[in-house]
Amino acid sequence: MSEFRRLPPISRRALLSGAAGVATLAVASPFRAPAIAQHAPLRVGLMLPYTGTFAKLGKFIDDGFRLRIEQNGGKLGGREVEFVQVDDESKPAAATDNMNRLVGRDKVDVVVGTVHSGVAMAMVKVARDTNTLLIIPNAGANDATGPACAPNIFRTSFSNWQTTYPMGKVMAAAGIKNVVTITWKYTAGAEMIGAFAESFTANGGKIVEDLTLPFPEVEFQALITRIAQLKPDAVFSFFAGGGAVKFVKDYAEAGLNKTIPLYGAGFLTDGTLEAQGAAADGIKTTLHYADNLLNPANVAFLKAFKAKTGNDGDIYAVQGFDAAALLNIGLTAVKGDTHARDRMVAAMAAAKIDSPRGPLSFNKAHNPIQNIYLREVKNGRNEMLSIAQADVDDPARGCKMT
Amino acid sequence: MDLITFGVQLLNAIQYGMVLFLVASGLTLVFGILGVINLAHGAFYMLGAYLAYWIAAATGNFLIAVVAGVAIAFVVGLLLENVFIRRLYGRDHLAQVLLSFGLILVIDEVREMLFGKDVHAVTPPAWLSGSIQLTTNLSYPVYRLAICVFCLAVAGLIFLVITRTKIGMIVRAGAENREMTRVLGINYDSVNRYVFATGIALAALGGIVIAPISTVFPGMGDSMLILSFVVVVLGGIGSVAGAAIGALLIGLTDTFGKVFFPSVSGILIYLLMALVLLWRPNGILGRREI
Repeated sequence: MSEFRRLPPISRRALLSGAAGVATLAVASPFRAPAIAQHAPLRVGLMLPYTGTFAKLGKFIDDGFRLRIEQNGGKLGGREVEFVQVDDESKPAAATDNMNRLVGRDKVDVVVGTVHSGVAMAMVKVARDTNTLLIIPNAGANDATGPACAPNIFRTSFSNWQTTYPMGKVMAAAGIKNVVTITWKYTAGAEMIGAFAESFTANGGKIVEDLTLPFPEVEFQALITRIAQLKPDAVFSFFAGGGAVKFVKDYAEAGLNKTIPLYGAGFLTDGTLEAQGAAADGIKTTLHYADNLLNPANVAFLKAFKAKTGNDGDIYAVQGFDAAALLNIGLTAVKGDTHARDRMVAAMAAAKIDSPRGPLSFNKAHNPIQNIYLREVKNGRNEMLSIAQADVDDPARGCKMT
Repeated sequence: MDLITFGVQLLNAIQYGMVLFLVASGLTLVFGILGVINLAHGAFYMLGAYLAYWIAAATGNFLIAVVAGVAIAFVVGLLLENVFIRRLYGRDHLAQVLLSFGLILVIDEVREMLFGKDVHAVTPPAWLSGSIQLTTNLSYPVYRLAICVFCLAVAGLIFLVITRTKIGMIVRAGAENREMTRVLGINYDSVNRYVFATGIALAALGGIVIAPISTVFPGMGDSMLILSFVVVVLGGIGSVAGAAIGALLIGLTDTFGKVFFPSVSGILIYLLMALVLLWRPNGILGRREI
């Protein structure tokens, strides 16, 4: 026993602190010069819905994003690209954790995501707190480029306001005076209907009644009967996915499409036309894309997308494609050095992109300035009738950067 | 609201209630007679709708889809009862909830593999695809009226089987006192199996006949499951007649709530449920504690 006592006293604490010191050295020692960092691959976090209701949208955004990088020789701003994929499952509850993991553990240089607005707003919060560069390739919540706007947050899709605001003027100009609006009672519905009502009433129109039902309920019959009773000049609506299909079919089955024309936000007839069939014929909608845009960028994009994936490209693929184009502009301006964040953001904010959807630039809140097209459903496609409003700029209400 | 519009809304309410009854009747059978909480009921409703889409597209005949879809669901029900559900009788509700929740995930994944995530449309048979002009600008699809008649027929059939046949007698006896029924020498296990399979078949039948008007999409069973539970609790667990009354009450509340109180229409049916349960804690025709 006494022999032991004479041993040099290496306590557990000393041992641990020594180990920690070695570990610290190991982590801290490679003081990387920026020049070396540029040769390391750029880490891109793709936080998208790969499963669940929006899985198809997530896949098309992902495909579009990768297509643009492939066209660039597999590089962005001269750097190889490494992907970290996270399936957000369109679940807002898990969004903050997922985003924190990408930023904290995976140490990505930029995050691209997502489709669902609730998830996107949680990502925006983390991006603001950690000053992470974030590009939103779909979610349209006005707030993301409104009160929550930040220099490090960009959007390559749309704001809800933007897609429906031009329709108010279009319908008023068509001689429509009284309109009933119908949507789900949730944020996206309120924002889309609100923007439409704003411009429709400003142009002399009147909203007779604002019908809503809880999200995502699809029992429309009572409200359709109500519309028949109110006999407005037209109906303006926003639904998406399965709800959009059922609403359009119920509306046609009730025979209302013969006497009260149906208008809507673009998502009413986007990706749903096959299931809607003839019931959708003649519906007019506004969106920042149409199925028959003939500008060279769109023709080339659709061909390349088909060759890469075997699928027909759509607006979601375009939004992913443009997210990569925007990132490339920023990285090229700083020769791949993501530490030069200010110059990179300035280059992205000033970007002028020849997008498949038409000319694309960004406002001070980093929301797209883009054409909104008036489309009509013909032959199972959303065919462009005219540009409802060129270079539509979201007012970015509540954004301190403007 | 003029009388004609009121009549149309009443028709909407009854038609919606009928559909709810069709789906909820299977749930109340399984819940009331087997004592099993089947959270996967909505998933089987969705499965029925997808079967309708698949079989109708393959054969071009909706009636074949109805018959074959119900048959497939019945067989699936028998198999599931034999392998999983019979282990749950008498177990606590947590085990039942866990198992049936697992079934939801499995069914959803199978649906994903077979049919993907797209929204699909199902065409009703040609002789039911017309519509009747009700007011100057509103017409009513014949198919929706046909659903009303069909649901009434199914309801009548269920009543007849339960009140007039020997099987119905055994089912009622078993629901009343399972042990005593078994002691009397009746093979209650096979009755259980058929009751469960019938419950599943009814859920699928609901999905099949609703497919042409609701369209077929992932997650369509979720809201139907919640509504079905409301119907069952409202009507009294295990009571088919109670389910019919509960379903009609919900149809009326929901339809007229949307018209008269649009801002609170989402909570009205739950408010109705709370009020009814205050008045009759076991549901309208229920005898058993919830």
